[in-house]
Amino acid sequence: MARNGTVSWRRRSEKVDGFEFSPVDSEEVHVLAVDDSLVDRKVIERLLRITSCKVTAVDSGRRALQFLGLDEEKNSSVGFDGLKVDLIITDYCMPGMTGYELLKKIKESSTFRQIPVVIMSSENVLARIDRCLEEGAEDFIVKPVKLSDVKRLRDYMTKEVKMGNDGTGGANKRKQRESFDLSSSPPSILSSSPPSSLSSPSSPSPSPSRSPLSSSLSAPSSPTSLDSPIRRLKTTNTD
Amino acid sequence: MLGLGADRLRADMNRLLALLFHQGVLDEQFLQLQQLQDESSPNFVSEVVNIYFHESEKLLRNLRGLLMEKEFADYKKMGIHLNQFMGSSSSIGAKRVRNVCVAFRAASEQTNRAGCLRALELLEHEYCYLKNKLHELFQIEQQRALAAGVRYPMQN
Repeated sequence: MARNGTVSWRRRSEKVDGFEFSPVDSEEVHVLAVDDSLVDRKVIERLLRITSCKVTAVDSGRRALQFLGLDEEKNSSVGFDGLKVDLIITDYCMPGMTGYELLKKIKESSTFRQIPVVIMSSENVLARIDRCLEEGAEDFIVKPVKLSDVKRLRDYMTKEVKMGNDGTGGANKRKQRESFDLSSSPPSILSSSPPSSLSSPSSPSPSPSRSPLSSSLSAPSSPTSLDSPIRRLKTTNTD
Repeated sequence: MLGLGADRLRADMNRLLALLFHQGVLDEQFLQLQQLQDESSPNFVSEVVNIYFHESEKLLRNLRGLLMEKEFADYKKMGIHLNQFMGSSSSIGAKRVRNVCVAFRAASEQTNRAGCLRALELLEHEYCYLKNKLHELFQIEQQRALAAGVRYPMQN
């Protein structure tokens, strides 16, 4: 099925081939949520919406790649222009492509590797957490996902978006993102995260906490991250 | 008069919730769902729970179907169903159902068919109890909203 040009950001809340999405405002953070469980999709959708995110929820890694335009059947890496994705949150255990495999595919893509990917799992297995973090996952959330988990994500998503906004105009966000990426030399996810206290993601604390990275990823520039206005620009340095 | 009815019904709701928490039938994830319900999404909890019921009954049918097979051997498939059931139960705060799934999965990993059958019966029992109680809860909530003069869409 031809996807290019058949879906435009002008459509409103339409269901297209298993996707449910609403158009993205240039100011809003857009999250792509991936989970094969309908119950979990409903919950994560609501959690994200209540924290003022736009959400596209899909039921498989394959659909996620299709949405991004990274489907293997296509050579072009151009996705839906205007539907920039600021964060991908995915379940680990899914039939077909696991969240880990999806993570790898995203990190292998030059266009999308800078998008933070968060893994969710009902199993608190250290080896699994380590593997995901080493592959470049931004964070790992143990299910069931709570509002506090999503609020924490919101903080470093905002930074990602605002970093790309150089005031050069809102037309093509992906271009802005790419130009920003070029200016910061290493292509890894860490370079686009401003928190200076960010340590290597492959060495989380070995305690069985729900989110091993929470201490290293919490933004030092926002004193009480849950209270401060989410949309306020809070960059520390841009390099 | 209407106000008093609403208050009493709210008290009934809270009493039922407290009981379910005390029995370990529900845990704090259910409260989290309630916190996500507001004017913009006034039926969120019942919507999610109804999806959960629908999916759970399918899973239970699948599990029973598997175990009733004469030459049953597909413990792996059973494990997949159980993981799904565990996940969704955990997501809505159905603690006891989830715990029975854990025990069920252990029996399945040991390829203990008799143990699986026992676990399935317990699971069906726990699920039934949960469903009845949640229906009761939603009914009280509906009546309370009516009594309080709020327009509230009927659930079926």
